[in-house]
This record gives sequence, structure tokens and C-alpha cells, in this order.
Amino acid sequence: MSAVLEVSELRKSFGGITAVDGVSLSVDEGEIVGVIGPNGSGKSTLFDCILGQLLPSAGTVQVDGREVTGMRPCDLNRLGVSRTFQMLQVFPQLSVRENLILAGQEHRGSMLARLLGAGDAGLGPSAQNMIEFFRLQHLADEFAGELSYGQQKLLDVAMAFMSGPRLVLLDEPAGGVNLTMLATLRERLRDINREQRATFVVIEHNMDFVMSLCTRIIVLAQGRVICEGAPEAVRADPQVIEAYLGH
Amino acid sequence: MTGLRLWGYVAAAGVLVALIVLPQSLKPYGIALLSRWAVMAIAAVGLNLTLGYAGQISLAQAAFLGIGAYTTAILTTNGYPFWSALLLAGGLGFGVGWLLGYPALRVQHHYLAFVTLAFMTMAYLVFRNEAWLTGGVFGINRIPRPSFFGWSTAKPLTYYYVCLGALMIVLAGAWWMIRSPWGRAFVALRENPRRAMSLGVDIRSYTLLAFAFGAALGCIAGVFFAPLVEFVDPSSFTLADSLGLLLMVVVGGSGYFFGPLLGAMVAVLLPEWLRMTQGLYLICYAVLVMVLMVFCPSGIFGLFDKAVRPFNRSAPLAIGKEARR
Repeated sequence: MSAVLEVSELRKSFGGITAVDGVSLSVDEGEIVGVIGPNGSGKSTLFDCILGQLLPSAGTVQVDGREVTGMRPCDLNRLGVSRTFQMLQVFPQLSVRENLILAGQEHRGSMLARLLGAGDAGLGPSAQNMIEFFRLQHLADEFAGELSYGQQKLLDVAMAFMSGPRLVLLDEPAGGVNLTMLATLRERLRDINREQRATFVVIEHNMDFVMSLCTRIIVLAQGRVICEGAPEAVRADPQVIEAYLGH
Repeated sequence: MTGLRLWGYVAAAGVLVALIVLPQSLKPYGIALLSRWAVMAIAAVGLNLTLGYAGQISLAQAAFLGIGAYTTAILTTNGYPFWSALLLAGGLGFGVGWLLGYPALRVQHHYLAFVTLAFMTMAYLVFRNEAWLTGGVFGINRIPRPSFFGWSTAKPLTYYYVCLGALMIVLAGAWWMIRSPWGRAFVALRENPRRAMSLGVDIRSYTLLAFAFGAALGCIAGVFFAPLVEFVDPSSFTLADSLGLLLMVVVGGSGYFFGPLLGAMVAVLLPEWLRMTQGLYLICYAVLVMVLMVFCPSGIFGLFDKAVRPFNRSAPLAIGKEARR
């Protein structure tokens, strides 16, 4: 199986603080990899460096064998890499449907074609499918800002899939989501992984969610990888227990 | 189509009919005011694209109005046709607006306001000091009104219809743009550029385009402004005029499609209606604007939107921030 994502010796410093300290990891096609670690362990900074939101101080990032270190997020997205953020990032003053269309429209034709073509960039049916897939039918024409937190979270995740990405990095998708919606979210992510062979990297603090969803777990502490392996092995690793609980 | 939206279209058609029919019974001064409203509305629609939809503040719209007006004045008084001025000014506005957009890629909010303010000041100094080109403080007079295929627009009412027609064409173009994926991308740029980028939206291109189209419409407004007043001088294109255009957008409802039309109506016509209060009219005008901003910072259309929202949940008034709002 080929590596979709390859990170080598990635480092990010903010003044005297090193948030990511020489992280290397590899994610194969179709894998669901969890990245866990205590608060401040560098998980979100790692995502930001991989996805071009931050320029790494050192190290390289490759997607499908192509070096993409420091590439602009919009260009990376066009290569098939999508993400969600730790904090909710929907567009509150667009409807659910328009949020979804926006999430896919930049993959449709040239700039000029998007100006002269259909208002929905031909994404109306895809957006409707995604709305049904994430069970948001009754909310399709509501403003995203008027949805509950959990519903916005589902929309946020759904937006990441509108462009049909090969690699999706999800930053705490389960945060603040109730148990019913969490089950829906897990089910939908598994479906997409199975049907579209999409590869996921998931940062999560909800251990039940991440352990039941992911096939492999990477544990970060103080910016470094301290453990990597199957969920059961990671759960029992003394270094991981120490990182979370202290001495 | 919801009932409310249908009523909206009926109201828009009614206003258009009134704008066509009523001026026929107005005196020349009333017609001149309405013509000024139409021209200023074009510039305000442009600023609404830049500020209201894309969220990029600009205090330079009067500079673009001036560039368009001087381009027209210089060309038409030297025998070049009106069309050449329209094309050149539109292209010039687009190009200069595109360049002015570059600072917006690095600075935002009040810092960006200062950058555009500096450009406004620089443009004013060029209008005033480069007398060999602009006539300096004496300006350029005897600017002819255009003729189209032998049809003269010299009469006030005829030229009013030219300005109204131009406004309608601009509105149709802006409507198309706002309803297109570009409009959605502009809203995304305004609301959350970080997330927009992660979804593939090239915020650099859209920022530059928002400035370029806003500036081009400012210049096009200037093209129609010069023959309307038949005389241009630097005093019409100052920072105060830029603030006036900003006021039109904000009072009408920034980010609402029809907001600038209403805002321009308030800014151009309300002072005239308040003249009956004689020396108090500027005070009354200022108080009215302050009261509106305190109680409804989203402008007149924002107030209207709040009122109809309970009946209109599934059909936003504006596309986006409720028409893209």
C-alpha cells in the first residue's frame, strides 16, 4: 500500500517554544489514523504545518509522493487534501446547502467558468446527497449559524468531503457532539472510508470515539511522537499513561 | 417562490416603474438629484462588492469616481467618443483597483483603511496639482453629454434615463456575480478567510477581484458623473466624498444587494428634503444617521430583514449575509 501522507522530521518553533519537535509519520491509503496526546502536545500545530496554515521551521511534508511543504492551503485542497478545524468553522450567514456548495465549488472549472456558469456550480445534487448522507435534510435551507453545535459540527465535517478528497485531516470532530450524533458521525466516516477509499487522520480527545474509529494511533507529547500502534497496544502503553496522567 | 420573495419582486418592479415615470413630472433640479442618485448608486454598488460582500474596507471610492470623471472629461473635451472613455475608465479602474488590492493581502481592517486613505489623498493631490492634465483647481468644464447613434442626451431628463439605464445594467451584472460562486467566495472571504482557504478558495485572487470590480464600478460611476455636472474639479473627489459613499453602503445595509440604492437615496435626497428645516438640516441629518447606526448597525435593509425573518426563514432576503444575505 502506498503512503498518501509522509511527514519527515517536522519541526515548528514559536520563539523559544518548540510546539512540534521532529515529528515523522506515514499514513497509507485507506487508513484511519488517530493522533492523540494531552493538551499542548502539538497536535493542531502539526496539522497546521502539514496543511500549509503554518510554515514549518524544518522538515518536509509529502502527499502522494509530491513535496507540499509550505504549499498554500487552497492549492493543497485542490490536490485532494481537506481538513476540519478544532473550533467550528462553518459560514454562519450562508445556508447549510450554500456552505456545502461553497466547499466544493472551487474544484469546478476555471475562475471565469465559475463566474459565467450556474450559480450552484453544478453542485446542487451533490450538496443534496451530502445533506441526506449526514441526515441534515430538515436543516438544508437554514442558516448554518442557527444550527445547534452538534449539527454545525456535522456540517463542518460534511463540508470537508464535498470536494471528494483523498486525504482528510479532522481536528477533534467529536468535540461537543452528543452521543447520538457521535454515532452518526462515526458511521458516516466509516462509510466514506470504505466506499471512497478516503484516508483519514483524526485528532481527538474522546478516547472511545478515536479508539473505535481508528486502525492505528499516534501519540504526541511535548511535540514528539512517544508511541504508535494499534489502539489496544497504545491504550496499555506505560509512556502514554504517563503522558496523560503524569507520574 | 415564497410569497415574501414574490412581493419583493413586485416591489422592485414598482420602484423601477416609478423611477421611469415620476421624473417626467419633476423640475430640472429634481431630475438632477435623481441622476446624481443613480450615479452615486453605481459607485456604492461597487463599494458594496468590496466592503459588503468581500469584507475589505476601502476609503478610496471617491478617488475612483474621480479617475472615471477626469478620464471622461479629458477624452470627451478632446473629441474622443464617450464609449472610449467608458472602456478606458473601466479598464483603468479595474487595473488600479487590482493593484490597490495587494496591500489588502497583507493588512486588514483599520490598517487597510489607512492604506486606502493614503491612496485617496494621493489621487486628490494628483487631481489638484497636475494642472497640465486635470486643469488643477480650475478643473475641466464644458464636458459634453454623449450622443448615441445621433440621439442626443443633452436634456436633463434624457441624461437621467442614461444614468438609470447604466445603473440597471450595473445592477444586473452585480446580481449575476453575487449569485455566482464568486459571490459565495466573497462572503467566505469576509466571514472566515482561513476556513475558505482550506476549502480551496484562492483568497488572494478573490481579494484582488473584489477590489478591482469595486474600483471599476467607481470609475464607471465617474464616467456618468462628469457629463451630468458638465464640470469636474478636485473638490468633488475628496476624502469626505469617500466617507459619503461609505455612509451610503453602511446606512443602506452593507452586504445587502439593494442596500447601496437605499443608502444613496438617503445620502443624496434626505439632505434636500431636510432643507425645509433651513439651518438645522445638517444637524437633523447627522442625528438621523446616528440614531440609525445605534439602533440598527446593519442598516435599513438589516432592519427590514430582522422584521421579515420570522416569516422568511427558508428564503434569505439577500444571498449570503442574508442576499448574499
